[in-house]
Amino acid sequence: MSNVTSALNGREVTGVTTIREGGFRGMITLRGDLSNANLKKVCKAVTGVDMPAQRGVNMHGESGLAWMSPDELLLLVPHDAADESVAKIDAALNGTHYLAVNVSDARALITVQGKGAREVLARVCPADLRASGLPKGEMRRTRLAQVPTAIWTQDGDDFAVICFRSVAGYVFDLLANAAKTPGPGLL
Amino acid sequence: MLTLECPYCSIQADETELHAGGEAHLKRETVGSLDNDFEDYLFMRENPKGVHFERWRHVAGCGKWFHAARCTMTLEVFGTYSAQTLAPPKDLREKISTKRPGWTWRAFS
Repeated sequence: MSNVTSALNGREVTGVTTIREGGFRGMITLRGDLSNANLKKVCKAVTGVDMPAQRGVNMHGESGLAWMSPDELLLLVPHDAADESVAKIDAALNGTHYLAVNVSDARALITVQGKGAREVLARVCPADLRASGLPKGEMRRTRLAQVPTAIWTQDGDDFAVICFRSVAGYVFDLLANAAKTPGPGLL
Repeated sequence: MLTLECPYCSIQADETELHAGGEAHLKRETVGSLDNDFEDYLFMRENPKGVHFERWRHVAGCGKWFHAARCTMTLEVFGTYSAQTLAPPKDLREKISTKRPGWTWRAFS
């Protein structure tokens, strides 16, 4: 069997702002009634964090929960725990209307770190990326240039971007290009 | 440039994050409809100068469809509301009436 590789094999462009392909991460799309007690319980059991509020993202290490829409969550788990996590969800929600799919290898994670990360992202994004528009612990689903992505930050400086694996090269090059020159430091 | 607030994720979404879905509150004609009604459903659209109701999808965001009321002349957005409804909410219609007295749009006013 061939080895599993991440989208860009950990590619990295260093500079004032460093763009790095984030490597392996387990991602599970979960659709269903987010107010369901069983759903909340199994999400907590799988990721170890509480249910986020609207647009929220709660992270603990590699694991976390992100609010994607009123009926959709993204569960982040270690890459090798994705399949067993889906099995746990299936067992817990058996009989209710839901959908849980392991999408780990359909997605890519790219990190934008260092000074000016907000500006690098804002150059290619229509969303309000000021600290007031995208505070810590909030996930903004938007687009970077031509493709849909989800952006969030845990500490206010370092950002994580999730996109489809098929456009990972595009998003990486886009961000690397945007990071070539330092911004005016407005954000 | 339009900025609409998505009623599902409460984000001020830029027009380029959205996908326009055409006129709102169309009643679908189907099997058993009169030919004229079906033709109206397929082809006849409002083209107002002023208050207009549209469907939009937050395509680069939460992916949900919603409704928006806006003015086609000034691009003023009166409000957005859920897709799970057959008519604009009363408070939105009253809000439009204060800004555009005497407005009508299809059966609504």
